[in-house]
Amino acid sequence: MATTSESIQFDEYVEPTLWDRIAYVGRLLGRDRSGIIGMALFLLLVVSAIFAPVIAPHDPLQQNLRAAKQPPVWEEGGTWEFPLGTDNLGRDILSRIIFGSRVSLTVGFFGVLIASTLGLVAGLVAGYVGGRTDSVITGIVNLFLAIPYLVFVVVFAAVLGRSLINVIWIFGITDSPIFARVTRGEVLRIRESGYVESAESIGVSATRILFDHILPNLIGPLITLATFEMSAMIFYEAGLSFLGLSVPPSVPSWGNMVQAGRQLLQTHWWISILPGIAIAIAAFGMNLLGDWLRDVLDPRLRRSRN
Amino acid sequence: MQRYLISRFVQSILLLIGVLIIIFFMVRLTGDPTSLMVAKEAPAEQREAFREAMGFNRPLYVQFFDYAFGILRGDFGNSLHFRQPATELILQRLPPTIQLATAALIFAIVLAVPIGIIGGSNPGSFIDTAGRTLGLVGQTIPNFVLALIFIVVFAVKLGWFPSFGRDTAISVVLPAIALGVGSMGQLVRLTRSAVLEIRNEDYIRTARSKGLSQIAIASRHVFRNAAIALISVISVQYGYLLGGSIYIETIFSWPGLGNLLQQAIAGRDFVLVQAIAFFIAFFVVALNFVADMAYSLIDPRIRYGN
Repeated sequence: MATTSESIQFDEYVEPTLWDRIAYVGRLLGRDRSGIIGMALFLLLVVSAIFAPVIAPHDPLQQNLRAAKQPPVWEEGGTWEFPLGTDNLGRDILSRIIFGSRVSLTVGFFGVLIASTLGLVAGLVAGYVGGRTDSVITGIVNLFLAIPYLVFVVVFAAVLGRSLINVIWIFGITDSPIFARVTRGEVLRIRESGYVESAESIGVSATRILFDHILPNLIGPLITLATFEMSAMIFYEAGLSFLGLSVPPSVPSWGNMVQAGRQLLQTHWWISILPGIAIAIAAFGMNLLGDWLRDVLDPRLRRSRN
Repeated sequence: MQRYLISRFVQSILLLIGVLIIIFFMVRLTGDPTSLMVAKEAPAEQREAFREAMGFNRPLYVQFFDYAFGILRGDFGNSLHFRQPATELILQRLPPTIQLATAALIFAIVLAVPIGIIGGSNPGSFIDTAGRTLGLVGQTIPNFVLALIFIVVFAVKLGWFPSFGRDTAISVVLPAIALGVGSMGQLVRLTRSAVLEIRNEDYIRTARSKGLSQIAIASRHVFRNAAIALISVISVQYGYLLGGSIYIETIFSWPGLGNLLQQAIAGRDFVLVQAIAFFIAFFVVALNFVADMAYSLIDPRIRYGN
């Protein structure tokens, strides 16, 4: 067959700028409506938590007994001064909800940070080293996963006492087995893909293999898992607060607020229900974000492998 | 099949021993359990007397074996709060919790499976999207918030159902739905993805090419294979429901195990807390074992050891 004398034209390769990357993410988001909602809710949560003192109309701890038990603005007797009403001590519910996002976000973020770090290390060691170490680690992981999560967490929290740090550590440790299991699965999958074997055979050091081959492939599934687990932690922290096992009652947290309003539920429903809806929206948003992340990150990985 | 049964049984026993060790040491995490169970203001002689009576001054391994052998005889110690043997209390409160968890699971399955199957068979349709959104909302809204919303809407405003207690036949409806919604959400997603996956499998295409009607395909092939995944999920859900009942039972004053656990925690009655925690764990492990047996009966590959 005759070869053509034309040379193949390549476009000159230009390194994508930061703006290009942001635009790319924006396009990915735009394709999927639920992704936008998830990302928007997540940003709402982060902004509320970070800028709470600026955004909240009132001091969340300030009691105002004259204005106690006021309904939200859309009900009779409500005013715009307290848009979501006040609780039994006259504290503004909207401000308390905004400040409550701090507790949820802190627990979610740091809890996932601890869990993913512990789980990542355990999973890497188990998957890469293999053998008896693997069996031991997997055994411990399975043990933790077999215990009913809620019972475990509740007993732990009851024993250790009420504090934010305790809750963060409890979630961090009890959630790490999930990260360990996922990491180990991915490590095993990558080991069998051939990249690792060929690298080992030409004498590449274990550290380089780890960093160049294994870790980049872990980032996708781990970030997705982290988002889902963060949603779960917001959920469970609210539950612990409700039982009085999380932050002390002086700190506004959504679960605390729900518990405090229980006595007045029949006549003053907003004290309990509105923070409850906040919990649901936050967890829902993180879940949508996780779904979107999974769609964005995984199919790309799988396509490039096939 | 025998070998599989025996190995799973041994695994379950080892798991239970592990759980026992964890629970035993959890209560001793902060040092002497006396400080957990006796008020801080109590005089020193009272604390000493307590320590002696409970045997906390003995070496740890003696305490552990004493506790373990006690459990083998069905003795979990005496509840500090109720001054009754813990075992009695637990057995008393067990039937209401089982009733609640079963009702919740039936509700979840009856709603989730049809929605999942229809949604999976017609992906992208209105029913599909509506079902998935319903499922997601069900999963992310905390069950105690949903319970409170139900009470406000259905018990107070509409008066259809009682808001607490277990006196009438319809008392179980609101708690069961509130408890089951989370599981329903998960089951919808799982059923749907299982149906989607199976429909694309080769044996379905073979059946279709043989000219089998849609209904025959659905009932004979799809359902049987989806049942495999469904069984393991259901056993997991049951365990989760047992743990999650602590919130629902507290809110609805349902006289079950979850309620007892909450009272035990509030009353610092860690003898009872330990007992309930172990009992629930035991139940969950036993359930998983039964599910594995059912699983192996349905999937011949496991029986013949693939």
